[in-house]
Amino acid sequence: MTQAFDLLRQRAKERWTELQAKPWIRVGTGLMGEAAGALPVVAALRAELDRLKVDATVSEVGTTGLCYAEPLVDVQVPGTPRVLYANVTPEQVARIVASHVVQGQPAVELAHATVGGNLPGVPEREDLPMMRHQVRIALRNAGEVEPGNVDQYVARGGFVGLDKALSMETSALLGEVKSSGLRGRGGAAFSTGTKWGFLAGNPSPIKYILCNCEEGDPGAFNDKTILETDPLTLIEGCIIAGYATGASNGVVFIRHGHDAPIERTRAAIERCYADGLLGQGILGTGFSFDMEVSLVGESYVAGEETALMEAVEGKRSMPRFRPPFPAAYGVWGYPSNINNIKTISYVPEIVRNGAEWFTAIGTEKSSGTAIACLSGHVKYKGLVEVPFGLTIRQLVEELGGGEPDGKRVKFLQTGGPLGGLLPGDLLDIVLDFDVMSAAGAMFGAGGLIVCNEDTSAVDLTRVLVAFDQMESCGKCFPCRLGTSHLLEIMDRACAGASRPGDLALMERVGQNMRVGSLCGHGQLGFNPVSSALNAFEDEFEAQMAGRGTLAIGPFVGPTHTRRGAQAAGETPTATVKEGFTYSVEPVARG
Amino acid sequence: MTASANGLRDQAREAIASQPFKTVTVLSSLLAAQDALGWLPAEALDEIASATGASVNDVWGVASFYPNFRFTEPADHSVEVCWGPTCHVSGAQLLLRAVLDELGLENEGETPDRKVGFKLNTCLGVCPHAPAMAFDHALAGAMTPDAAIVRLRALRGSVA
Repeated sequence: MTQAFDLLRQRAKERWTELQAKPWIRVGTGLMGEAAGALPVVAALRAELDRLKVDATVSEVGTTGLCYAEPLVDVQVPGTPRVLYANVTPEQVARIVASHVVQGQPAVELAHATVGGNLPGVPEREDLPMMRHQVRIALRNAGEVEPGNVDQYVARGGFVGLDKALSMETSALLGEVKSSGLRGRGGAAFSTGTKWGFLAGNPSPIKYILCNCEEGDPGAFNDKTILETDPLTLIEGCIIAGYATGASNGVVFIRHGHDAPIERTRAAIERCYADGLLGQGILGTGFSFDMEVSLVGESYVAGEETALMEAVEGKRSMPRFRPPFPAAYGVWGYPSNINNIKTISYVPEIVRNGAEWFTAIGTEKSSGTAIACLSGHVKYKGLVEVPFGLTIRQLVEELGGGEPDGKRVKFLQTGGPLGGLLPGDLLDIVLDFDVMSAAGAMFGAGGLIVCNEDTSAVDLTRVLVAFDQMESCGKCFPCRLGTSHLLEIMDRACAGASRPGDLALMERVGQNMRVGSLCGHGQLGFNPVSSALNAFEDEFEAQMAGRGTLAIGPFVGPTHTRRGAQAAGETPTATVKEGFTYSVEPVARG
Repeated sequence: MTASANGLRDQAREAIASQPFKTVTVLSSLLAAQDALGWLPAEALDEIASATGASVNDVWGVASFYPNFRFTEPADHSVEVCWGPTCHVSGAQLLLRAVLDELGLENEGETPDRKVGFKLNTCLGVCPHAPAMAFDHALAGAMTPDAAIVRLRALRGSVA
């Protein structure tokens, strides 16, 4: 152990002991908590503690993943059981404070779960349906520590991985990551160790590790959640990646406007500089590494690795041609490696516990855990981390508690807007990168939107296509025009006013997009339609012919596209006028 | 040049110069300027061009690419409804219809009294709390048409 880290650990231990000596109340805020109404709860809590002159620590933490239970108030008072209070209203705060904090009697009637509390009638947190099967690695600190608090993070085993990594030869460290079987969690599932190896082989003195949190996938919220609940695991992973590959700089890439993940990550980076965990001579070793946050405007394609580099450079987030690949010519022309937030967040624990520990979790070719986001028609919504090898059905029915009204689960929307629909009869498929892709199901970034029998597959497909059309960056025409054609045809289908040959026309447009597009946006842009057609062809045909049985209401969709219509008449560069639409009729060929 | 244009220019210059991140680019400057001013007047784009060494055309090119940038003064309040897939299957279209009817709008835009600017959001990032809205950028989950109307009326009645 480095001397610097030993000092850090001692300080962390002392502060952790101090923290445990008085009441500690943790409330999940950030994006999730804010949406659930946690901010007025925190305000009420602080006011009540002030009023009663109670000496307690109130921490705004990130979500625990149990989003259905938010606002979630976690009360730990020395000598009493630690209790999670769910769906707390500002009005209930006084009762919780008076009973649990002041009198030391948990307010059992409001308690949702206890953590090691042995409280009659109140379940243990680990026994909650949604916690079943969970193995938390990347989410190990979710809701447990103040985001970005170095002492609390270290007290829970943080930076042990970094300290160990810095004592290793980089080749051994790369070997460790490679043999852990860690694969990219952004969708492509490429071996992380191999990817790092490409960068390590480049002799440039300046190299970049880019951490991609441009999480545009609707239905996926795990990257932002990691940053708002435990940004230090990402930072530690990024420093280790930097050491392993000989990189000099790390950039965390987030969409502007997601204030909690941005602010918490930025603050955490500053604290790491203050504690010698970033900057020159990290932990007293010869390794130096700098990190910063880079913000991007609204753009889904910015999550594509070369478009991301363009955005970091401050340009339009349009993909570059490849080759050259990022490991040779990346951001600012320097060799770069782009990793998803989740991928990097596993690294500290992998290094700390060893590759074998990680491969023992999950399946043979998909080691470790999957971080899934459950939303839609499911009882328990939120974020779960489960070992690969579990079935989707277990995720939806056991952890998610199934459809809340007992209706049939018709399909899951998975893999984001470029993914597709996974029909309900395929729920027994296991979570495994290769098994899932062989079955035509994309796990992607981990968004699972559960849709019951009342959901029209045609209607939801239109939403996905509308998203893909609006988000096309406009650089290459197969995507720019193809997505517009698909949307037009889907609009007709939803109106029950399809023209003869529309299905064949979609196929043709989709083929052109697949083979002709510059990046994954266009190449995969036909996926939502093709996967929906595979599973629900009868429904499509009925709906397209005006015989649909599921009501599809009017659809208000986006008016903004990147064809310039957004700024028509407002900027000198707007050359395409608003209202300009493309139309292609099926052409009879001789 | 008018006093107010000078004021905008100064504010933009100040925002561009005091960015929290080390790496300053056209995009980071646009975001900083819009955060400070609420919109991007031509003066701000000129200032960004001179601060970053980019051409004015290049700055406009970046600004017009990202739909979060706006080139006219915003309304007093902003209201967003998420139309992403989770919100969609959770009743976002009903919510949207109610909000648009209440505001007297057909789609994205501003109310004639310029009290409220309405935007669709592709994903507010809080899918477990769908359907989601944002009022002046504060997130609100599990919204119903009735609750949205109450919030809208409160917003329109209040002073900016």
